Amino acid sequence: MSKRILIVDDEPNIVISLEFLMKKEGFEVAVAGDGEEALAQVAGFNPDLVLLDVMMPKKSGFEVCEALRADPSRAGLQIVMLTAKGRDTEVAKGLAIGADAYVTKPFSTKELLARVKELLGIA
Amino acid sequence: MMLSGWFIALLSTAYVGLLFAVARFGDARADAGRSIITANVYALSLAVYCTSWTFFGSVGRATSGGLSFLTIYLGPTLMLLCVGVIIKMIRIAKAQRITSIADFIASRYGKSQLLAGLVTIIAVIGIVPYIALQLKAVAASLDVLFDQPGHTIRLWGIDSTLLVAGVLALFTILFGTRHLDATERHEGMVAAVALESVVKLVAFIAVGVFVTYGMYGGFADLFQRASVHPELAGLLKLDGARAGTWAAMILLSALAIVFLPRQFQVMVVENVDESHLKRAVWLFPLYLLLINIFVLPVALGGLLHFGGQGVNPDTFVLTLPLSQGAESLALLVFIGGLSAATGMVIVETIALSTMICNDLAMPALLRSPWLQRQKQGDLSGLLIGIRRVAIVLILLLGYIYFKAAGEAYALVGIGLISFAAVAQFAPALFGGMYWKQGTRAGALAGLLAGFGVWLYTLLLPSFAKSGWIGNGFVEHGLFGVEWLRAQALFGLSGLDEISHCLWWSMLANIGAYIAVSLLTEPDALEAGQAERFVDVFRHAQQAPDTRLWRGNASQTELATLLERFLGPVRARQQLGSYARSRRVSDWRSLPADAEFVHFAETELAGAIGSASARAMVSSVTREEDLGLEEVLDILDEATQVRAHSRELEAKQQALEAATAELREANERLRELDRMKDDFISTVTHELRTPLTSIRALSEMLYDDPKVELDQRRRFLGIIVSETERLTRLINQILDMAKLESGRAEWTTGEVRVGEVVREASEALGALYREKGVRLNLDIAEGLPAVLADRDRLMQVVVNLLSNAVKFVAPLTGTVAVVVARAENMLRVSVADNGPGLTAEECGVIFEKFRQGGNTMTDKPQGTGLGLPISRQIVEYFGGKLWVESTPGNGATFIFTVPLTQAAPDA
Repeated sequence: MSKRILIVDDEPNIVISLEFLMKKEGFEVAVAGDGEEALAQVAGFNPDLVLLDVMMPKKSGFEVCEALRADPSRAGLQIVMLTAKGRDTEVAKGLAIGADAYVTKPFSTKELLARVKELLGIA
Repeated sequence: MMLSGWFIALLSTAYVGLLFAVARFGDARADAGRSIITANVYALSLAVYCTSWTFFGSVGRATSGGLSFLTIYLGPTLMLLCVGVIIKMIRIAKAQRITSIADFIASRYGKSQLLAGLVTIIAVIGIVPYIALQLKAVAASLDVLFDQPGHTIRLWGIDSTLLVAGVLALFTILFGTRHLDATERHEGMVAAVALESVVKLVAFIAVGVFVTYGMYGGFADLFQRASVHPELAGLLKLDGARAGTWAAMILLSALAIVFLPRQFQVMVVENVDESHLKRAVWLFPLYLLLINIFVLPVALGGLLHFGGQGVNPDTFVLTLPLSQGAESLALLVFIGGLSAATGMVIVETIALSTMICNDLAMPALLRSPWLQRQKQGDLSGLLIGIRRVAIVLILLLGYIYFKAAGEAYALVGIGLISFAAVAQFAPALFGGMYWKQGTRAGALAGLLAGFGVWLYTLLLPSFAKSGWIGNGFVEHGLFGVEWLRAQALFGLSGLDEISHCLWWSMLANIGAYIAVSLLTEPDALEAGQAERFVDVFRHAQQAPDTRLWRGNASQTELATLLERFLGPVRARQQLGSYARSRRVSDWRSLPADAEFVHFAETELAGAIGSASARAMVSSVTREEDLGLEEVLDILDEATQVRAHSRELEAKQQALEAATAELREANERLRELDRMKDDFISTVTHELRTPLTSIRALSEMLYDDPKVELDQRRRFLGIIVSETERLTRLINQILDMAKLESGRAEWTTGEVRVGEVVREASEALGALYREKGVRLNLDIAEGLPAVLADRDRLMQVVVNLLSNAVKFVAPLTGTVAVVVARAENMLRVSVADNGPGLTAEECGVIFEKFRQGGNTMTDKPQGTGLGLPISRQIVEYFGGKLWVESTPGNGATFIFTVPLTQAAPDA
């Protein structure tokens, strides 16, 4: 059974590229364009991993992450934060609120994939 | 009589020769810079206070007044305890190069020649009889030695007293005016005087021991024998009824130790080191004690021995040894008396001659046409000459007075009368040292009043007692007015004459001094001197206060002046050492500034007194008058302190202001720093976002060659558009940076906005047509041109039109542009029928990187810099850019540009 990945980003072109990348690896993929939509998708789609952009309208990635971590039923959910702001403080903040990994944009597709697979326990 | 006249003459000459040798030695050492004036020498020189009046007269006074003779010595002891006062006096005298007490007082009150002259006259009148007394003492002692009554000894047919006066004059001239340079100090003389003090002390103690232990069995024996005689026993008791007299005597002698011209000379003018005073404070009183120990025993011994023989008690010191055949002791006593007389005469005469020369002769001379003709001559010789003549004159006056007065009361009582005369200097002098408000007029008034009272209540009555003038004014008062009786003024009787004079003269003197001082204003020079005297300790620590002199001077003229009065050699010496003190090798290279003038005047003051020096310096300089206010401003301590604290306050305020400014600037910088950080962070984000798509898509295309063609084309399309976005972004960031830093280049000219709008709409026509959006232009006719940069204005219009087309719906979208005049502005509005903006959005869309609308529903719309850049441009032209919108009703972007007045209507 293939793992489910939810892609959350307000940049359509980034969503397009991530969706293509993940689908090619055989993951089941859903997308969301902002934070609120992301929370709705998590509830409906029930993903194993979320690729979560930080800077988004309506609800930021940090807020989404905090909301997801506040829900004990989703303890196993892996969260990978994606950000174009490479400041150390943001990395620290992301990890502090419970993200499993923090990847800065632009990223290497190979590395991102490796990271995702590692988190999902696929060798 | 075994003592031959020749032997005594020879002995006296040998003794004087010894003194002269000591003086020569002292002068030579002073010239070599190795002064022999030690603290002991200084203290001993003060004993010039003990004259022949002491030496012979104390015993005489003790035979009639008992212990009251001690008052004359208690006063000086008390005065010396006021070390601070005397040190201040010495400090002032050194700073001002004071030459005499007249100079001191005159200098304090604005270097007044009038005041100097008055003090000199008072001193001469008061002191000449005192000098006569010394001559008389020497003559009397000669009489005793030769057992001849009535001063009838003659040598080569000359009166012995005249001979004594002549020898003393010669000796004084040799001592005091040997130097060709006329300076105020005479170290050789001081050394000789100190030696004389030792001699007279030894002589007196010798005779005391001889009488007490040789003729009688010691103090106890003497006093016991005396107590048998009721008239003698009274001498040993302190008389309570005479307490008033005692107080007056103590006060008088306390003042005399400072104000007698000879005392001022040795204590203040001749002082080489202030610390010497500390030794003098105990050594001099000790000296007085020693010289007084045997006064009473000798007096009692004399009275017991010569009881009823009519021997003059003033001669007991000589007659007692002679009566026992102790001729060598008598000779020693004679030499001791001679020492006491010569010491007093020499120092007193030198002091007086300096005063006469500087304060009476010089002012007259400086005014004389003769001196003015002698412009370039060396006058130092003339100065010495004047002093020598003055010395001879003073001694001649003394001799004449002696001849005239003889045994009269006027001579016997003159010691205290002189004391009372010089006591008149006290208010002006002490007042001048401690009271800045004391003025010249006050000092003159005080001196004249005090001197007048002294003349009327003391000197003239003494003349009357001598029978020279009628004593009506003493007995019945002037013009028969009872309360003008000379020695019971205003009915004040019951006091002795000295206390009476002291009371009234001091009352008049101090009263006039204070009252007139309070009523008069000092002039600038006076105020300056007052400050320098009263605050000498404060001023001495600084360089001479040269701010008080302003004007023009020539250093060669000043140097010539110095050469004239100091003599060429000494003048050059002094100029040389002054130049070295200012660290230049040649004084000619020094500027003729205030400091140079100050130096020249001080040097001159040492030679001719401050008043004359002042007059001479003024004659060769063109001096600007400083106003009194200005001088007080410069000098007044309070003003200085106030100015200081005002300055401090101002500085503190400035500092606080600067601190606040700095804090503000720092805050602004931090804010800017934060904004810059935010900006960079945002820019980074904006740049990384397109890069993310570009990199991800490129990698995938690169890694997987089997991507379908459609997909491949779609991805490449995204890559191209993201690259364009990136390029646009970079360009706009640079543009923004240029605009913000003010480095943007502007080509300002007259621009017709209608044309610009038309052109822009044509450029964007394709975009509008593609999306099926209608673009309506409404451009008013005959609009004037505006002053602007055409390309930049085009940039704004294009930005607004492209924004509008982005946000309206395809096919149904409409954009309306209106160009019209609104008062003195040109108004351009771009209205669309898009989704509109919330009130919040209306504010933020002009911030950098803030875009309106939901970007997720459409492709990336722009960089988020278009509107901020447009606003910057419009504001640069002096206009405004804003948006009016409500959600759902479209948005209208409006900008204005001011119309140029000069531009003609189209």
